Amino acid sequence: MGQTLAEKIFSRHCGKTVHAGDFILADLDLVMAHDTTCAWALEPFYQIATKVFDPKKIFIPFDHAFPSPNVAMSKLQAEIRKFAEEQGIPISFEGVCHQVMSERLINPGDLVLGADSHSPTGGGVGALTIGVGSTDAAIAMATGKAWFRVPETIRIDITGQLPRGSYSKDVVLAVAREMGADGANYRVIEYGGETVEQFNVPARLTLTNMSAEMGAKAAIVAPDQQTSAYLQENDRLIAFDALRSDADARFERVLRFDVSNLKPMIACPPDIDNDVPVEEVQAEKVVVDQVFIGSCTNCRIDDLEVVYRMWKGRRLKEGLRVIVTPASRKVYLQALQRGYVEEFMKMGAVVSSPGCGPCLGRAGGVLYDNEVCVSTSNRNFEGRMGSPKARIFLASPATAAASALTGYITDPRPFVN
Amino acid sequence: MNWKFGDNINTDLITPGRYNITTDPRELAKACFIEYRPEFSKQVKAGDFVIAGENFGCGSSRETAPVSLKHSNIRAVIAKSYARIFFRNAINLGLLCMIADTDGIDESDELELDVAAQVLRNRTKGIEISIKIPSMMLRLYQEGGIIPYLKKHGLSALTDLEKF
Ligand code: SF4
Repeated sequence: MGQTLAEKIFSRHCGKTVHAGDFILADLDLVMAHDTTCAWALEPFYQIATKVFDPKKIFIPFDHAFPSPNVAMSKLQAEIRKFAEEQGIPISFEGVCHQVMSERLINPGDLVLGADSHSPTGGGVGALTIGVGSTDAAIAMATGKAWFRVPETIRIDITGQLPRGSYSKDVVLAVAREMGADGANYRVIEYGGETVEQFNVPARLTLTNMSAEMGAKAAIVAPDQQTSAYLQENDRLIAFDALRSDADARFERVLRFDVSNLKPMIACPPDIDNDVPVEEVQAEKVVVDQVFIGSCTNCRIDDLEVVYRMWKGRRLKEGLRVIVTPASRKVYLQALQRGYVEEFMKMGAVVSSPGCGPCLGRAGGVLYDNEVCVSTSNRNFEGRMGSPKARIFLASPATAAASALTGYITDPRPFVN
Repeated sequence: MNWKFGDNINTDLITPGRYNITTDPRELAKACFIEYRPEFSKQVKAGDFVIAGENFGCGSSRETAPVSLKHSNIRAVIAKSYARIFFRNAINLGLLCMIADTDGIDESDELELDVAAQVLRNRTKGIEISIKIPSMMLRLYQEGGIIPYLKKHGLSALTDLEKF
């Protein structure tokens, strides 16, 4: 029987040929725990070990609340710093974990464990990157291993040329509408088809990132020329096997989406599968209090380029809070060099330091009761960005940028040249 | 008593992000459902059940959610289905999470759990509901969680997990 891409990667990491349903103990290439989840991993880690299995294979970014917004968070970070120093692991302040790992650390074919639910993001680079909690991270830091049940794969084929004004975010919102918030629970989503083949890695990372919201254990795009171009842009000239699913691999389901007529989409609160075309919400004239362009879903340089082009020569809505948080230091520097940061700041937007920013409601743009936020992030639960009474709409950077110009939820198409 | 919830109870509803700034499990237990069901942490009693619908624990990977439930001293969570990371965390922590049809269970029903027989007796309604507990969860629950298990049997005992 043929193997899926995910089954192949699991097989390579446990030394036997496995298929969906098999229980395995696998060797990991990289373990990530961040400024919140790592704090919880310390106590279980020291219960079972004194030294990590390999400090070079452990990544600890401070991103969820960095620079620290309060004493309680500073305490957690101090505890993690002490651990990291003891173990010889450098701490990264370069931005959101998934973005930094994709830029620098994740290689095609890798098996990566991340103590963060959006770990599937890294699958845009052609690896299997799986989210777990702190106890698993502790065991992985001690042993370099994790237990898995090899998951079934759902294959999603995307075809058609995206119309102007629609992007990979709109594609994945359309997929989420179909799949529901638990439609991919325990499964791997493998994205393919001509549209995905044409997407560059940054656009693919948006697909894999949002897959976590459908419950996926991992999401992946088979590594190809786009992947090597991305590795080269990031100064990594890594040769890799062009792994892909066999023709006779068993997929649990195959879904097809033709996106040639896809309109810009928006996920209305409080669920990810509550997706409608932006034009429908625009008709209701929903007034916006804050626009957040950031997060591991959509704040790469390509996203900021879309925003810059739409904003150039126009004015932001007076009084609206517009927050732009580049996903990583690298993205921030690119935006500086291209003049985007200067332009955004002159227009009145707040450009904050790379990291998670307001995405999780911990600092830097926390919402109050009944406020409305258009966000390029991935989660619109009640209370995610502050008050449980605030309303979060998730959309592409283009829709967020258009809404920042008008002050209400706005279809970006008239503003995209 | 039972604390009954609906579908898609996410980790932000169990422990909102703003309360996740401590590693003290007792503090976390105080934050359990703090905004969604504010009376929970004050009124929950040892042995109570948390009852829910589909996809319980969806959302973030934060282990604070199962930790806060475990340290609320509830007997078990019973839901129709669970989100992946939450369930995995519950297995690791030794928090009993069982799968059953929860539609007929009311908050005031008196429930009796028979883990060995995998049945839940609803004494108030006089019915028995069959429940599912994966064997690995049951074994690690009996061991007090994966960390006590590894402490007792050594790190090499990781390889034995697949035999459970
Ligand atoms: S940007 Fe948001 S979704 Fe991404 S890792 Fe940070 S908190 Fe999580």
